[in-house]
Amino acid sequence: MGRYVIRRLLQMIPVFIGATLLIFLMVNVMGDPIAGLCGDRQCDPATAAQLRKEFGLDKPVWQQYLTYMGNVFTGDFGTAFNGQKVTELMSTAFPVTIRLTIVAILFEIVIGITLGVVTGLRRGRPVDTGALVVTLVVISVPTFVTGLLLQLLLGVEWGWIKPSVSTEATFGELIVPGLVLASVSLAYVTRLTRTSIAENRRSDYVRTAVAKGLPRRRVITRHLLRNSLIPVVTFIGTDIGALMGGAIVTERIFNIHGVGYQLYQGILRQNTQTVVGFVTVLVLVFLVANLLVDLLYAVLDPRIRYA
Amino acid sequence: MLLEVRDLHVEFRTRDGVAKAVNGVTYGVDAGETLAVLGESGSGKSVTAQAVMGILDTPPGKITGGEILFQGEDLLTFKEEDRRKVRGAQMAMIFQDALSSLNPVLSVGDQLGEMFTVHRGMSRKDARTKAIELMERVRIPAAAQRVRDYPHQFSGGMRQRIMIAMALALEPALIIADEPTTALDVTVQAQVMDLLAELRRELDMGLILITHDLGVVADVADKIAVMYAGRIVESAPVHDIYKAPAHPYTKGLLESIPRLDQKGRELYAIKGLPPNLMNIPPGCAFNPRCPMAQDICRTDVPPLYEVDTGDGTRRSACFYWRETLDARTD
Repeated sequence: MGRYVIRRLLQMIPVFIGATLLIFLMVNVMGDPIAGLCGDRQCDPATAAQLRKEFGLDKPVWQQYLTYMGNVFTGDFGTAFNGQKVTELMSTAFPVTIRLTIVAILFEIVIGITLGVVTGLRRGRPVDTGALVVTLVVISVPTFVTGLLLQLLLGVEWGWIKPSVSTEATFGELIVPGLVLASVSLAYVTRLTRTSIAENRRSDYVRTAVAKGLPRRRVITRHLLRNSLIPVVTFIGTDIGALMGGAIVTERIFNIHGVGYQLYQGILRQNTQTVVGFVTVLVLVFLVANLLVDLLYAVLDPRIRYA
Repeated sequence: MLLEVRDLHVEFRTRDGVAKAVNGVTYGVDAGETLAVLGESGSGKSVTAQAVMGILDTPPGKITGGEILFQGEDLLTFKEEDRRKVRGAQMAMIFQDALSSLNPVLSVGDQLGEMFTVHRGMSRKDARTKAIELMERVRIPAAAQRVRDYPHQFSGGMRQRIMIAMALALEPALIIADEPTTALDVTVQAQVMDLLAELRRELDMGLILITHDLGVVADVADKIAVMYAGRIVESAPVHDIYKAPAHPYTKGLLESIPRLDQKGRELYAIKGLPPNLMNIPPGCAFNPRCPMAQDICRTDVPPLYEVDTGDGTRRSACFYWRETLDARTD
């Protein structure tokens, strides 16, 4: 187990380098980062050259990358063009997005799995068919539609929630945005759980559990559910990374100043340092989440042994 | 009588039609007695057992008639919650494939201990101690260490021992073993069967042994019920049936056992296939395959005749049981 973790951590290094290099290159071809710095006017050549020198943009790309990575390993993600430290932006943005992700994941787990169990046990009945249709609709409708619709109805028309989230972004304020963010994944979790439950329901060990005279509840939670959750856990785990980086649309709609918002602003303003910095952290989150899922897999299913 | 199944009918309603899996089965077991239920796949032997245990998949399965008297009470009139309390505690079942019948993600100790925590309200710690005792009882070496292991870490024979331990946990009055040795290596089969027979004797339980292996039956059973197409075709004390079967189907089964003194000769096989349960032939279900079939066999269903060997313990559902009995095979 220990050796496996070490091997996996070592494997992360090339993935990390490759991913960051790609981002770095992509951001570089995005356009001239200096162009947007002088307001609407073109910068005069002298100022532009001055700025380029200041940010190290006159050096070749590979050298820029090496300098950048060197700085990253000392905890310095650089400075945005407006003078704010990228680490400072992160320290305000990540807690917000983490809270949003927690809300979304909780929705996936609580609603998704419950709905999946209920429909999986009643396959072909009205509850099941109804839930299938609803999940299909949720999967088909893009997040910006569900998001704007909920914002309009709950926030503007009925006034149940504030249409825009404050800078504190408390858990209470994030419930509706979290639901919107989770919606598509939630539908997938429901379907995944449903299929898994329906498949395992007829298995021999469930029959044994019934023959042992266990109450139905115990048969379902302890025997059926635990076996059925293995694929679901994998999905939810990998989804953590996707939710954290993929909240751009949701954060825009509800004006949440999280990672997605900063990334969006960074891309818009061609703020290389911000974009690369945030994406680098997201790559790390993704890698670690994947490793944790693989380890959790072994906990859930003792037949899986890592050596 | 510990368990008496009377005229049990079970159907499976599927999209393609109704499969009549059990069509009027009657059998009984006393405490301390072993009944072997013999029959091919699809003869209804497992379905009957599942109906007795109350673990039939309903739907598609449905019990359409009959009684299951356990210690004098009809289980079919019980509420599900009362029925559940009987399962595991007073009657237990051993399944064929121990690997798939044990939960892969729970340790064997947890699975054994569960019997005590759920039915007896014991603490987890006491249940663990009980689990180790049970594992020792079915002679699993180093039980105290292995109690934390998972099913896949055991060999086939050891896994089946765990299944047996689980069934014996609460010392039920009745054990139903559904082909308990079929999935095992031949060398291990005898060990497991002996262990089961021995423990049955110790605890004075009734045992229903479902099998298609006539060799196993001869050693451990007291009486035999032979099933065909969801019906009992012959029931008798075990020695009688081997001496002289009273139903052509039983006779066919016995003749298809390889014998040393028949070496070099072609092995007998019953012609044809068991009937489709959605479309059981009229009359005696065995008539299309029966070498003795007459016109009456194709129109009338034979009743379960009492075969007069004196003690009234033998029955045969054949119009020509007398002729079958006389035509001895040597």
